[in-house]
Amino acid sequence: MAADALCRLTLRAAADGLRAGQFTSVDLTQALLDRIQALDARVGAYLTVTADRALAQAQAADQRRAAGQDGPLLGLPLAIKDVLTTQGVPTTCASRMLEGFVPPYDATAVARLNAAGAVMLGKTNMDEFAMGSSNEHSAVKPVRNPWNLAKAPGGSSGGSAAAVAADECLAALGSDTGGSVRQPAALCGCVGLKPTYGRISRYGLIAFASSLDQIGVLTKDVPDAALLLHVLAGRDPRDSTSANVPVPDYPAGLDRGVDGLRVGVAPQYFGAGLHPDVERCVRQAIDALQTAGAVQRPVSLPHTKYALPVYYVIAPSEASANLARYNGVKYGRSDPQATDVDEMMSRVRAQGFGSEVKRRIMLGTYALSSGYYDAYYLKAQQVRTLIKNDFETAFQDVDIIAAPTAPAPAFDLGAKLDDPVAMYRSDVMTLPASLAGLPCLSIPCGFVDDLPVGLQLIAPPFAERRLLQAARAYERARGTLAAPVRQVDVP
Amino acid sequence: MSIERQQVDHVAALARLDLTDAERERLRGELGRILEAFQVLDTLDTSGIPPTAQVIPLGNVERGDTVADPLPRGQVLRNAPRVEDGQIRVPPVLDES
Repeated sequence: MAADALCRLTLRAAADGLRAGQFTSVDLTQALLDRIQALDARVGAYLTVTADRALAQAQAADQRRAAGQDGPLLGLPLAIKDVLTTQGVPTTCASRMLEGFVPPYDATAVARLNAAGAVMLGKTNMDEFAMGSSNEHSAVKPVRNPWNLAKAPGGSSGGSAAAVAADECLAALGSDTGGSVRQPAALCGCVGLKPTYGRISRYGLIAFASSLDQIGVLTKDVPDAALLLHVLAGRDPRDSTSANVPVPDYPAGLDRGVDGLRVGVAPQYFGAGLHPDVERCVRQAIDALQTAGAVQRPVSLPHTKYALPVYYVIAPSEASANLARYNGVKYGRSDPQATDVDEMMSRVRAQGFGSEVKRRIMLGTYALSSGYYDAYYLKAQQVRTLIKNDFETAFQDVDIIAAPTAPAPAFDLGAKLDDPVAMYRSDVMTLPASLAGLPCLSIPCGFVDDLPVGLQLIAPPFAERRLLQAARAYERARGTLAAPVRQVDVP
Repeated sequence: MSIERQQVDHVAALARLDLTDAERERLRGELGRILEAFQVLDTLDTSGIPPTAQVIPLGNVERGDTVADPLPRGQVLRNAPRVEDGQIRVPPVLDES
């Protein structure tokens, strides 16, 4: 099989090819490494490419297969967002603060991939400490959207989404705090799944906002997302917030269909600010679900508009506490010249953090500071209850909620960089489900101006199976989208 | 909404951020605009609404006090900027005078 054809495979197709002996994991891994080498200078998806390690893992996988062994991901090359710790491989969160940091342990999600036989191609670019919606806040380099290199890939998992979209990996891990898997998936045209809060262990996920952070996956189709979730989900004694809820066999029964499934459509997601052509694509996708047997039902989520301020109080507040650990003492950047501890910490933090991280630390510290706590943090947590209640009420009448993932297709690099509030508004469609901790995903549903558009599906807690079945039903009804030429493929 | 420079200085000190003058001035404007966008929250009456700190019904999670293999000390200290006698060294925390 030609090298580019190997790179385009889904996880399942690649696994079938490996099992049938059509190619080896070394062939597959080498093809992807070659493609990264050829394209990534233009895309910027990777911060670190672990070529030697990947080939050694691929060789080991081939040997295991030759010895008659198999595994759900045996020999399949993936990319890991640089927010997850990888033993012996630099992990920086795209921040100067963590330059040179080499974790002494693997995140549980990474360890589970390894145990399933996966090959790690490298660590992907991101907004610094996962704070951003365009990947322009990477301290290392921006990521470019593979469909149009002048556009942002979304963020903060922009490197992972671009790597999947440019066929620079078969699938990737990301993290989603307010939309950081779904929004870049929508903007880059891949599937992005954020499971229920607590579904995947966060041990080794470098913390941003602990009441919201969740690991997610970016894949080429829905069955691949089910396959990865099945490997990753489950209780972990090392993360006390990981849920002790049984893990169903997500890939099994994926093609059950949507006969009688009640799909909720809320007017609050189709209001002002939504690009009319994005609305058309999303409504067509919901109609396709209906044709496939689902029933559309109107629902109301009246507190949707408050999600943006609620999130941008809560997430920076939690971030200001989580990022207190970067102080030049235990790891990362330091200042050996400093003569007292306060001076050292203040200088290291001023030098090591980029502008968006500083902005959020300042915002969060302000919101938590004496005299403001009730007005901001407590108030935001109360409104968070109302947002959560909206979903609980809606899910009494419907099984799933359908909405756009992002209000518009990918925007120009630089367009929102000087206007933080405009940048924050790119997350307006993904924040509510994050605040309620719900499982949700984005799936490509069309193109506008030659750029991908995402349909967002949201389900009740731990109903990932239903979520994936609905997404798969849509994927089958949709068929292969008529896609324009990716700019990254044009030499 | 406008923020005083004095408030920016106070918050920067709390956050241990040695910001430049230019950064402080820029943040003064930006924080003001961001906080203004938050004011919509004040239009909601939330009296009697319990706060949501986290979304899963989870209490304290306990585990047995059992000895396990820790990470090797050398491996952990490898990331520390200054190490002495197997410990992390920092500048003086207390004034000796």
